[in-house]
Amino acid sequence: MNIHEYQGKQLFKSNGLPVQDGIHCKSVDEAKEAYNTLNSEIVAVKSQIHAGGRGKGTLYNPKNGEKVMEGGVKIAFNLDDVEKYSSSILGNKLVTKQTGPSGKIVNNLYIESGCSISHEYYLAILVDRELKMPLIMASTEGGMDIEEVAEKTPEAIHKIHVDLSLGLLESQINTLCTNLKLNNDSSESFSKMIKGLFSLFIEKDCAMIEINPLVRTEDNEMILLDAKVGFDENALFRHPDILELRDLSEEEPTEVRANDTGLSYVKLDGNIGCLVNGAGLAMATMDVIKLYGGEPANFLDVGGGANEEQVKTAFSIILEDPAVKGILVNIFGGIMRCDIIARGVISATQALDLDVPLVVRLVGTNFEEGREILSESDLNIHTAETLAEGAQKIVALIGGGE
Amino acid sequence: MAIWIEEDAKVLVQGITGKQGKFHADKMVEYGTNIVGGCTPGKGGQTVMLQGKDFSVWNTMKEAIEATDADATVIYVPPPFAGGAIIEAADAFDSIKGKGVVVCITEGIPTLDMIKATAFVNEKKGVRLIGPNCPGIITPGENGGAKIGIMPGHIHAKGRIGIVSKSGTLTYEAVAQTMSIGEGQSTCVGIGGDPVNGTGFIDCLEAFENDPQTVAIVMIGEIGGTAEEEAAEWVSKNMTKPVVGFVAGMTAPPGKRMGHAGAIISGGKGTAEEKVSAMEAAGISCANDPSEIGKILLKSLEKAGLR
Repeated sequence: MNIHEYQGKQLFKSNGLPVQDGIHCKSVDEAKEAYNTLNSEIVAVKSQIHAGGRGKGTLYNPKNGEKVMEGGVKIAFNLDDVEKYSSSILGNKLVTKQTGPSGKIVNNLYIESGCSISHEYYLAILVDRELKMPLIMASTEGGMDIEEVAEKTPEAIHKIHVDLSLGLLESQINTLCTNLKLNNDSSESFSKMIKGLFSLFIEKDCAMIEINPLVRTEDNEMILLDAKVGFDENALFRHPDILELRDLSEEEPTEVRANDTGLSYVKLDGNIGCLVNGAGLAMATMDVIKLYGGEPANFLDVGGGANEEQVKTAFSIILEDPAVKGILVNIFGGIMRCDIIARGVISATQALDLDVPLVVRLVGTNFEEGREILSESDLNIHTAETLAEGAQKIVALIGGGE
Repeated sequence: MAIWIEEDAKVLVQGITGKQGKFHADKMVEYGTNIVGGCTPGKGGQTVMLQGKDFSVWNTMKEAIEATDADATVIYVPPPFAGGAIIEAADAFDSIKGKGVVVCITEGIPTLDMIKATAFVNEKKGVRLIGPNCPGIITPGENGGAKIGIMPGHIHAKGRIGIVSKSGTLTYEAVAQTMSIGEGQSTCVGIGGDPVNGTGFIDCLEAFENDPQTVAIVMIGEIGGTAEEEAAEWVSKNMTKPVVGFVAGMTAPPGKRMGHAGAIISGGKGTAEEKVSAMEAAGISCANDPSEIGKILLKSLEKAGLR
């Protein structure tokens, strides 16, 4: 689960970490008021969306698609600037490298006091899956696209793995300070900051904290000028305070509803809906649809023990997407019996008046009964024995493919 | 031989009195797994009826292992307590027998809990953790065998193909594909779809390489992390037996979690393309479509003079 920058900064501040003063705003008037309250000559006007690359993004009018402004993060030198920038940002669509071409509507702004910057660094804490340890990454090349830095100058990225039974060691912090070429004063500031940030990462079960840039001021203070914070969804049960920070408007509504009903759904751009049990098989189903010339409309995993009701919910979620022109059901009956799935498919198609072609592939436990139930129904349901056959059939039925 | 789990392995069930634990324990007994009892804190002394027979429940894993001399345990404990259950089991096996296999089925365990649990298990050299968020491990026998997990037992048959996979139902596809060419399985291991897990691809490949019963391996990966790439490198240096592969998620968009907590392409890393090209460069024959695994496996067996 991701949160906005302004929420991340509030979290940092309440944990004693160094951030600039800032105010979260939802309107131009609030932004102007914030400027007066902050009483800082220079402020940053920052678009708040759950995606990176905001500074280099472009704002468009969502109604006519016309370009409004370059850059989703602006430096304002006076009240007029604040008014101009905030009115160009709020309500408009911000397209960045990470949002994809559809972009995201900006509903939230963060007005933040400026500071004197001596140098920009990159800092991140995440989990190294392969070494099974938290990993701190830092670089002197801050404010840039870190993936580019990693590709061109991997030696500029310094990594520290933390053994949780030992915690973050002074010697590791010293190594980082040396690698970042920090002087004594800024090392002290960095050391205090990284200890606090790492504790926060562990205490709140973060999946990632990325600060780009982390800055050193002219007074040798380290300041967290950015805050990209994500949390481990599996651990949210023990962090009700974090769960409250969730902004549902930043998420695909269908995905939210699917997750609430125990289904795992991701919307894609194609036109063949798929309903599958198991995450790996669901991905493989999408891949095979593409392999035979179609385009998957979604990822949908009904789970290992799907019942009739879940199958029905899954169908209704797939059909909410108007682009869907056909559906492929691919079930490997394990603990779940195929005859039960077949009945679920029939009752769902009847209840929802399904009017797009449907191909069903059932294998595993009781597949013969399942197929018989489908072929005996007078509904327009096509069956397939293999995934390849199922994919070819649905692609042909919607008249797609090459 | 098989790997890690013999056909007659003695198995405990942690969370045996829960709905999931009891349901799957019953299926395991039905398959022929040598279940010797279970463990649920606070329910020690009770019994659970599986397939018409009573099975004992202990409060702790230490008591359960001392009483049964179990070889393995399977965990169906809810996510908040599963990390602790892994640590308890590893500690008990280590202190009593110096060895044991811990299979964790639970999905949704916090990543930091798994970091702590895997670090603990790694210190106990004789203890192996499989999972979490996996279907488990199965060594099919002539009659029944050892099914430790949630996979449908009846689709398997004893044979000479080893299977290792991050995914559940896709493993069953792979099993069905081996059966379609008349081959059974030595052992099938689901290593799970979480970002931090116990046994990995390389552990399995190494064990299959050393297992006389196994002649070829099917390896199923998916997007996220770099475990497949590392396994491919290991294969190119160490593996003499043929390996057939498949990687799910060619069409998965970046930055989106595809069901499994670990199935996410982040920062441009963990794509299916990278994995498949690393695997093919290591001599692993990859299928574009899981329905082709059987055909490719047959070809590999023929090439190796095994068919």
